[in-house]
Amino acid sequence: MIKAILIFNNHGKPRLIRFYQYFAEDMQQQIIRETFHLVSKRDDNVCNFLEGGSLIGGSDYKLIYRHYATLYFVFCVDSSESELGILDLIQVFVETLDKCFENVCELDLIFHMDKVHYILQEVVMGGMVLETNMNEIVAQVELQNRMEKSEASDQ
Amino acid sequence: MALKIVKGSIDRMFDKNLQDLVRGIRNHKEDEAKYISTCIDEIKQELKQDNIAVKANAVCKLTYLQMLGYDVSWAAFNIVEVMSSSKFTYKRIGYLAASQCFHEGTDVIMLTTNQIRKDLSSPNQYDTGVALTGLSCFVTPDLARDLANDIMTLMSHTKPYIRKKAVLIMYKVFLKYPESLRPAFPRLKEKLEDPDPGVQSAAVNVICELARRNPKNYLSLAPLFFKLMTSSTNNWVLIKIIKLFGALTPLEPRLGKKLIEPLTNLIHSTSAMSLLYECVNTVIAVLISLSSGMPNHSASIQLCVQKLRILIEDSDQNLKYLGLLAMSKILKTHPKSVQSHKDLILQCLDDKDESIRLRALDLLYGMVSKKNLMEIVKKLMLHVDKAEGTTYRDELLTKIIDICSQSNFQYITNFEWYISILVELTRLEGTRHGHLIASQMLDVAIRVKAIRGFAVAQMATLLDNAHLLTGNTQRNGICEVLYAAAWICGEFSEHLEDPMQTLEAMLRPKVATLPGHIQAVYVQNAAKLFATVLRKHDGETESQAAQETSQLLIDRLPLFVQSANLEVQERASCILQLVKYIQKLQQKNVEVAEEVTALFAGELNPVAPKAQKKVPIPEGLDLDAWINEPPSGSESEDEKPKAVFAKEEPKHSRSRHTEVDEKELARRREVRKQEQASNPFYIKASPSSQKVYDAPGVEHIPVVQIDLSVPLKVPGMPMSDQYLKLEEERRQKEKAERKKKEKKKKREKRGKERKADSGPESEEDITPAHQVDIVTEEMPENALPSDDDDKDPNDPHKALDIDLDKPLADSDKLPVRTHRPEVLKSPAEDRDGESVPQETKKKSGKEKKKDKEKDRKVRCRRIQKKMLCSIETRLNQLSWFPVQKSSKHKKKKQKKEKEEKEKKKKKRHHHHHQHHGDAGGEDSVQNGTVEEEEPLPPMSNYSLLAENSYIKMVYDIQGNHQDESKVVVSVIFENKSDSFLKAMEFNVLDSLNSKLQRPEGAGAHDSLTVPFQLPPGVSNEARFVFSVQSIVMPQKLKGTLTFIVKSDESSTHEKLDFKLHFTCTSYLITTPCYSDAYAKLLESGDLKGSSLRLEGINMPFHHLLARICFHHHFSVVERIDSCASMYSRSIQGHHVCLLVKTTVSIDAKCDEPSLLGNVLDEIKQTFSKC
Repeated sequence: MIKAILIFNNHGKPRLIRFYQYFAEDMQQQIIRETFHLVSKRDDNVCNFLEGGSLIGGSDYKLIYRHYATLYFVFCVDSSESELGILDLIQVFVETLDKCFENVCELDLIFHMDKVHYILQEVVMGGMVLETNMNEIVAQVELQNRMEKSEASDQ
Repeated sequence: MALKIVKGSIDRMFDKNLQDLVRGIRNHKEDEAKYISTCIDEIKQELKQDNIAVKANAVCKLTYLQMLGYDVSWAAFNIVEVMSSSKFTYKRIGYLAASQCFHEGTDVIMLTTNQIRKDLSSPNQYDTGVALTGLSCFVTPDLARDLANDIMTLMSHTKPYIRKKAVLIMYKVFLKYPESLRPAFPRLKEKLEDPDPGVQSAAVNVICELARRNPKNYLSLAPLFFKLMTSSTNNWVLIKIIKLFGALTPLEPRLGKKLIEPLTNLIHSTSAMSLLYECVNTVIAVLISLSSGMPNHSASIQLCVQKLRILIEDSDQNLKYLGLLAMSKILKTHPKSVQSHKDLILQCLDDKDESIRLRALDLLYGMVSKKNLMEIVKKLMLHVDKAEGTTYRDELLTKIIDICSQSNFQYITNFEWYISILVELTRLEGTRHGHLIASQMLDVAIRVKAIRGFAVAQMATLLDNAHLLTGNTQRNGICEVLYAAAWICGEFSEHLEDPMQTLEAMLRPKVATLPGHIQAVYVQNAAKLFATVLRKHDGETESQAAQETSQLLIDRLPLFVQSANLEVQERASCILQLVKYIQKLQQKNVEVAEEVTALFAGELNPVAPKAQKKVPIPEGLDLDAWINEPPSGSESEDEKPKAVFAKEEPKHSRSRHTEVDEKELARRREVRKQEQASNPFYIKASPSSQKVYDAPGVEHIPVVQIDLSVPLKVPGMPMSDQYLKLEEERRQKEKAERKKKEKKKKREKRGKERKADSGPESEEDITPAHQVDIVTEEMPENALPSDDDDKDPNDPHKALDIDLDKPLADSDKLPVRTHRPEVLKSPAEDRDGESVPQETKKKSGKEKKKDKEKDRKVRCRRIQKKMLCSIETRLNQLSWFPVQKSSKHKKKKQKKEKEEKEKKKKKRHHHHHQHHGDAGGEDSVQNGTVEEEEPLPPMSNYSLLAENSYIKMVYDIQGNHQDESKVVVSVIFENKSDSFLKAMEFNVLDSLNSKLQRPEGAGAHDSLTVPFQLPPGVSNEARFVFSVQSIVMPQKLKGTLTFIVKSDESSTHEKLDFKLHFTCTSYLITTPCYSDAYAKLLESGDLKGSSLRLEGINMPFHHLLARICFHHHFSVVERIDSCASMYSRSIQGHHVCLLVKTTVSIDAKCDEPSLLGNVLDEIKQTFSKC
């Protein structure tokens, strides 16, 4: 199970947060800060797994993250997930974003948090991996966007 | 109408959208909080508008603000509104917001059941999809129960997109509503062979997640999974299945044997590292499960270790990390095969990546043996010196201690060496593990008798050089070791060479700068040393030395007597007086030594940490029974005699005592733990529990780097390295001797048996350097056998431990929404699931305690829920409307009343004891719904508003808690025709007193659009807010509903007139009232009375009360024998009090006579109908 997905930039500013377990808002912010603190001090050439966020999880949980340019994508997962599998999944997610936004950059995430959420919803649902096939994800996202457009023109 | 839309969209142009908000925040970096608060004000305005587009936009912005840490739960209701929009665009926004901020405690979730059900069955697959996604994030037990059947239907949807979402969400449903697992499982199993790979993968995902927690229930699926494993090409699915097998093999060794071959093939063939890694992992799991049975799998182990070595040697840090992780699993069962890669692992200790270093450290823990312990620790000590940053250094320190102390110091052959390692560790600057080192010192000194002499000598030097440890920093955690040093020197002072010198060291003025608890130990142990000195000089007449010692104490102790720390002060003044007295005796040449030593006589043995828990409870002792009568409640307080000096705080009643909140408990526990950690009479818990990874909060403590040209060495201290050399020499010598002996032996037994001893010496051959006598921990006599269950009783997965192979019984059915003409369970039955207090009394003490805990939990939840009850009751009225509108909500209602009763019971708990005997009886009649078996007939407050051949309207009016001039009219529209009803508009002719609330800008006669359309046979609810001025009179408002009936061929305009009846009852709000407040109210004399007799009523009294409660929004304050007092409050704050008697007469009082008169009339009407 995935417990949380956090995207923040090099300064720790959250760009997307998705908790699959309830935390109050202030706790969420604390978790983001702690996670940023843990992740940001690591070199780019060290491993992408991290144990021991004390706020989220506990011993069974791991942070698995990838760092792209200005953004960190962090998944907090338990032992039922394959570490390398999740790394691949992050890659799939980012590539999907890249396709949907055409050369995604931090600004896209800043201004279209809602759309990023909709894309993520096609990848992970309720903490479980829903779809790993990028073409399928992109197709579903586009169909829904088309629906939104047709509703807008109806008005 | 069209104009309105245009107007709405013009309005919108001036609103900020999400992008504007983000931009604005970015442009207001310096006063972000202020800017956001103005934005929130704007959003609040937007939410008040009726235009759904505006609302959706506002909710979207709130979702963004939620990410920034703002609590947006206040908008929960608006979010629900947006969720129920008919447009996908808005619906999606609503569900996203809900999934981000709803949780089990969100009360409006109750309102969503019907909406979600509608969306789930929407013809548009994306409406369904969005609802499923949202639900997966905020599903509650209630939602799970009510929607389980709908979701199960979706598992067979025609669209794979819906199927896979429905399959995944079932896992969440199982967690929240375990009863659904058995009925849903067959279909879930079917989905493992779904033609769509996505659905298949989802099913594998869910079953793996279930099986991971309760593997034994899923063993029967193994053949199916085996088939999938050999046929599937989807790596993601393969990984999941292989992981699942890893969980199943320990339960079924035969499965393991079957798995080895295909897994080995996969390892050889796959190019995907993730798959390879999981295969290796599962092979390891198989080998572990087989290790007891069949030893001959060395080929597989070799293969695994080999592959892992390749991973570890890889330049990719991720693979290195995982390799080490997997290695540690092999280590447990096949340590030998891992130990041969020691070089590689030690190399990883030098890695720049902390995660990898930590993993390597973990491996080392399992790799030590008697033979290599010293060597490994030496290497670690080097790392300690080199390590940058306290976190990692502290981690190393704990690891060293863990490694050395594991399994009762099993691998330590030379305790002198260990003590010197500990002493060396004290040189670490800024470590926060001083107490850990201290407890090790104490542990070793207490339990290894042979080492005491050496330990004491070391500790004495430590005390002598205390200034090196304390330095100038007070926060230095390392000074904790002085605690241990002082205690050891005092307790085992007979081993001290020069107790006088140590005594002097312990009484230096600098000691006063140490933390209080350490000073206290200093003072106490100074007294022990004093006794030793006296004993030493025992028999010498007019011993100068003894008298000097007394004088020294008398000179130095006053410093401690002045200490701000109470403990230090008290001990110091006691001892000072004692010494003064001794000095007097000494001057009279009285022999005192023996008596003084008697003060500290006796050995202090370690006590096992669990000892206290293991003491069996003697028969006849009831820990839950009262020892003294609990302090009485408020009434008797005045009669208490006044305290002489100060007003005595009323003692906490027991019920309050047990309810100390979790936080407080956790804090206490922590404090206690720390106390125990530094208390020599407690042996610390098992070493494994000390593993602390990467503790938070220390990173930002600045590390003071002290650049010393000379290495910090405590003078005269032996270095651990020397021991290493000595030890090696010793072993060489021993080995040589042994060989000699063996040669002799061999010569004697030649030919009979050949021993292959040319290899490295085996573990057992190493003899410890000292005669080690490890004192075992003391346990109480007749301690209970260990039955500790480490399982977390709150684990939600426990409930899912359900046998799935049993055929489905009739009872295994999901609640279906259609007709359920079930008879209401009687309240007594209803309680079965929880606990019946009378019964529990008979249970044994332990059980009773458990039950109590459970009961308390249940009750807490109930009270939590209580607040939501009114909303819940109404919700359930609609979710079962109109098919069977009564059964369900009635149950809820009863439950609510019961809850209320429970709550009162709790409140009254403190004066329970007064009438212990009849307490149960008195309680159970409180609300009249508990004790009788006779079920209550169904009730509903919805009454018919109007009806024609197309549509039926029923309505209910409720007061608004927040606003004293508003009531909410909920109208349920039911489409009775075969046509589509749309464009429904609701209008009411306002009176002077009551007005329909219309959106800003709308005219006084404009109608309101009903925010939904009705397909044939569907019903839905809309709410309208009315403002009222006077509430003392009932009122009727005329109104009209217009709508368009659209069938295949035509569409017609229809209208339906109605009359809304605002009864006085509808202005009353159920408000609980406590009996004392109630009595005061009656005494105040502000209320005017009136009375009423109900004729021809022949229903049980509790039914009567329940009806008044339900239909007229009263609550029972108290029920005594044949009468009950009831209370309610109007939205404008009028108090209405009733005294209902079994003779069916009602005495009533209210501060507004006409309101009262009308309410009574209405009550009369209610009962005349039945």
